[in-house]
Amino acid sequence: MANAAAALQALGDSTRRQIFERLARRPLAVVDIANEFPISRPAVSQHLKVLKDAGLVIVHEQGTRRLYQVDPKGVELMRQYLDRLWDKSLASFKAFAELEGEEK
Amino acid sequence: MSPKKIEPVRKEQLIKVSQARAFQLFTEKMDRWWPRTNSGRKPETKEMFLECREGGRWYEIGVDDSLFTWGKVLIWSPPEKLILAWQINAEFKYDPNLVTEVEINFIEEGPKLTRLTLEHRNIEKVGVNAHAFWTSVDGGWRIVLDSIRKMAENS
Repeated sequence: MANAAAALQALGDSTRRQIFERLARRPLAVVDIANEFPISRPAVSQHLKVLKDAGLVIVHEQGTRRLYQVDPKGVELMRQYLDRLWDKSLASFKAFAELEGEEK
Repeated sequence: MSPKKIEPVRKEQLIKVSQARAFQLFTEKMDRWWPRTNSGRKPETKEMFLECREGGRWYEIGVDDSLFTWGKVLIWSPPEKLILAWQINAEFKYDPNLVTEVEINFIEEGPKLTRLTLEHRNIEKVGVNAHAFWTSVDGGWRIVLDSIRKMAENS
């Protein structure tokens, strides 16, 4: 399984998130991404490596091209979403419950 | 092919109220504490409801009065245990055929101290259908991403 904590951290960077969102639409090669973003190819590769290590994207070979795509299973991202949701919800519940206190 | 098992989300929180009170507030007063940014969907949440019985519905009413179902109560065992069915798929829509379980235990640590543990399991079931729409601009990815971004910005 991918590194769970890395997934959210990977998406915390706005450039990476934009790259991820582009990949969610269709698979792309490094050169395609570099053409669309004002960053160098090595920088794109570095961002893709982070996304890949976080389990958010996968790579496959198509002829001589290496195409990156969002991991179609999507479980890691969904897990991240739920992890955040429950963190936030329980913190909110704790604050509310302690303010309410015991029944008067 | 069965989906790859994914680790459940596990959370724990110490609450300085009695076990019975914690259970009551968690269930009956969900509308009061449920973060409005949770779904990230439009329209935004106006009210959140949990029907306090086995089989009870878990749903919200949007600011436009639309109904959005989250799931239902699978196990209702006050004041110790509550198991909810989370039935939101990766497109962030209610799916009656999808059941992922959220088990919440209220453990008495003292007269006015409760340990709340939460486990959200079978998450792989949510992701397994993602393949069908991952190319869609308006698909689940965007909604989940927007939700994460919104929550990150609000925390």
